[in-house]
Amino acid sequence: MLPIISLGTNLVKIEQIQLAHGSGGRLSHELINGLFRRYLSNPYLDELWDAAVLPEQGARLALTTDSYVIQPIFFAGGDIGKLAVCGTVNDLSMVGAHPLYLTAGYILEEGLPLPDLEKIVASMAETANRAGVNVVAGDTKVVGRGNADKIFINTAGMGWISKDVNLSPRNVRPGDKIVVSGSMGDHGMAILCQREGLEFDTPLASDCAPLNGLVQAILTHPGIRVMRDPTRGGLATALIELAQSSSLGFEIQEASVPVHEGVRGACELLGLDPFYVANEGKLIAIVSSSEAESVLATMRRHPLGLEATMIGDVIEAHPRKVGLKTLLGVTRIMDMLSAEQLPRIC
Amino acid sequence: MKWIDEFRNPHLAQALLTQIRERAGQPIRLMEFCGGHTHAILRFGIRELLPSALEMASGPGCPVCVTSSTDLDRAIAMARIPKVILTTFGDMARVPGNDGSLQSARAEGADVRIVYSPRDAVRVAQKTPTRPVIFLGVGFETTAPGVAASILEAQEQHLDNYFVYSLHKLTPPAMRAILAAAEVKLSGILGPGHVTTVIGTEPWKFLSDQYHIPIAVAGFEPLDILRAVSMLVDQIHQNQVRVDNAYSRSVHAEGNTTALTIMNRVFEVCDAEWRGMGMIPQSGMTPRNEYAAFDASKTFETTATPVSEPSGCRCGEVLRGIFLPTQCPLFRRTCNPENPVGPCMVSAEGACAAYYQFGDQPCED
Amino acid sequence: MKMCLAVPVLIRSIDGSNALVDIGGVSRTISLILTPEANVGDYVLIHAGYAIGVLNEEEAKETLDLLQQMLTADAEGGPTKESRST
Repeated sequence: MLPIISLGTNLVKIEQIQLAHGSGGRLSHELINGLFRRYLSNPYLDELWDAAVLPEQGARLALTTDSYVIQPIFFAGGDIGKLAVCGTVNDLSMVGAHPLYLTAGYILEEGLPLPDLEKIVASMAETANRAGVNVVAGDTKVVGRGNADKIFINTAGMGWISKDVNLSPRNVRPGDKIVVSGSMGDHGMAILCQREGLEFDTPLASDCAPLNGLVQAILTHPGIRVMRDPTRGGLATALIELAQSSSLGFEIQEASVPVHEGVRGACELLGLDPFYVANEGKLIAIVSSSEAESVLATMRRHPLGLEATMIGDVIEAHPRKVGLKTLLGVTRIMDMLSAEQLPRIC
Repeated sequence: MKWIDEFRNPHLAQALLTQIRERAGQPIRLMEFCGGHTHAILRFGIRELLPSALEMASGPGCPVCVTSSTDLDRAIAMARIPKVILTTFGDMARVPGNDGSLQSARAEGADVRIVYSPRDAVRVAQKTPTRPVIFLGVGFETTAPGVAASILEAQEQHLDNYFVYSLHKLTPPAMRAILAAAEVKLSGILGPGHVTTVIGTEPWKFLSDQYHIPIAVAGFEPLDILRAVSMLVDQIHQNQVRVDNAYSRSVHAEGNTTALTIMNRVFEVCDAEWRGMGMIPQSGMTPRNEYAAFDASKTFETTATPVSEPSGCRCGEVLRGIFLPTQCPLFRRTCNPENPVGPCMVSAEGACAAYYQFGDQPCED
Repeated sequence: MKMCLAVPVLIRSIDGSNALVDIGGVSRTISLILTPEANVGDYVLIHAGYAIGVLNEEEAKETLDLLQQMLTADAEGGPTKESRST
């Protein structure tokens, strides 16, 4: 990665973000041209107009927005920039859209080291490339020291939806199968362990990844009812929300849900339940029972779906609730968590 | 995971359940002393699997739940002292005292940090020598030896800024108090597996000798709990009264003598206030005089607030096994995890929180 | 980690009174000050950063064997075993 040597007036090297970088003046322009555009360049962004003018799509559009305030901003498996792109791409993908365009609004804390910002922007560019999307519009604001936690990123994402794709919780039917694309709890545990300074000597890594490729592979099959990515609140929360929207009941086999040993170990130690821990590179899909096996086969052929598994069924009993069949064969109803799980000793 | 997964084997669980069902004739009420047992019993669905003649009542074995509001207020006041860093186990952070919680004190600017171990607190003290670091010591005999060790470590390192506010408590006096109060008729007790790992089985002899009540010391995996229940059912069935050890891979008669020595070197027994149970004599632990330099309660002045309970809160009755959480009039309606009234709902291991999280919900439709 | 709970972990290496332990492939440094008799290769129960007891693997196996016998006896319709006590 080349160091930014051209930022600053009179060849004075600027190491940190200053308030002036957000003022719209010379330093702002130098930041945009010297840093953001070095990595994010594309014909739409490079026009540097007030808005990006985009080609017609001839299809339904999907539009989403998200803000990223994660701490720490660099973590095993990614950083806030990668997360911002993946999170937005994934939101679009979950409704069956092909993601195309992202915006990126940065709120920077005065004093943020420029090399950190550069790493983040480079990471966004690399992730955007991998996902096949472009950042076509951006904004930068700088606030005084202490008024933001290093960097916040807001995104909007737009994609187009093919005519034959109509995903919705209302499509779900009794007898449908519930599948997940891989192990649960990776991202949240990686962040929690790092943030709390829990010195695990083999760091757990976030699973942060763009899912649009996997989703398009899944959508080559008929019978895909709905998809959701289990981010905040984890698998349990996403399932409960889906059950409520579908007005049907779900029954999940606890023993089938894949959880990596390291995540299980960290959860045992901290008294946390991996079913409620965030994921950033996984999806839940509800599919018709006749298609389930072949959908799984397709998912397992994709690098992000190697551990795809069937975890449960849609049923008529206990509508709008998710029943978890425990290891002992007893079914209990899963509830939403009211607050963030704290690392517990008790 | 080794030595965890094997004790969750569903087939072996069925074998134990068959045995329990065969023997459990008359109505039986067992008290699961530990919050951890209540949690496990609900999480794995064990309650549903036990025969209906067998009732499980929860007990006061939740150190967070039994921390008195006065003591908690003192901790919050300490957190508010300028420059103090208050370190605590996560569970205590949300419990409401008279005027907010540690978490709300943090939101108002107090430096409250959640730690996993008292060693982390010692580390903080080492890194910030100009600031007093107070560790909020909550927990029974499972936790107290480690906290005692942290004081010895701080002493060895010549730290003058590490303090412990000890709210540690002893479990046998609480059990004695429950039985002496005779508010609940108990057929047997599911004993605390990790407390007993430390203190050994001797301290439970009074249950057979004085109160003629069976106890089986249990671990926390499903097979451990079911095995202990099976042993208790056997004792009851055979009209025998003993201290059974259903956790022999961890519990020995003499306990962990090193841990006990360290705990007793640093701490001495004192009277303690148990939320929902009042003052129980000789049931608490406080640093001995020679460790006064590490005792937060001797170093930091705080005004005592009177013991209080939020109006209508019935945590006391839940902690003493009189109510099941579902029988508390506030449960779910007024008191829930978003708006907890008392500590049994706030603490992740409180009986009410466990029942709310894992228990059957009324159908909304 | 819950107040009542201690988790069994494997000791990978020992350095003074500290040990590097492993659970599910995740390692952590904890204190053996309360269990000085523990050795590399032992399983210990850890709580709040300290090992509070050494797990007796023989006892663990015996308990599981006993339960397995109970299961087999059930299946064969035989008498169930008496439970053990101290």
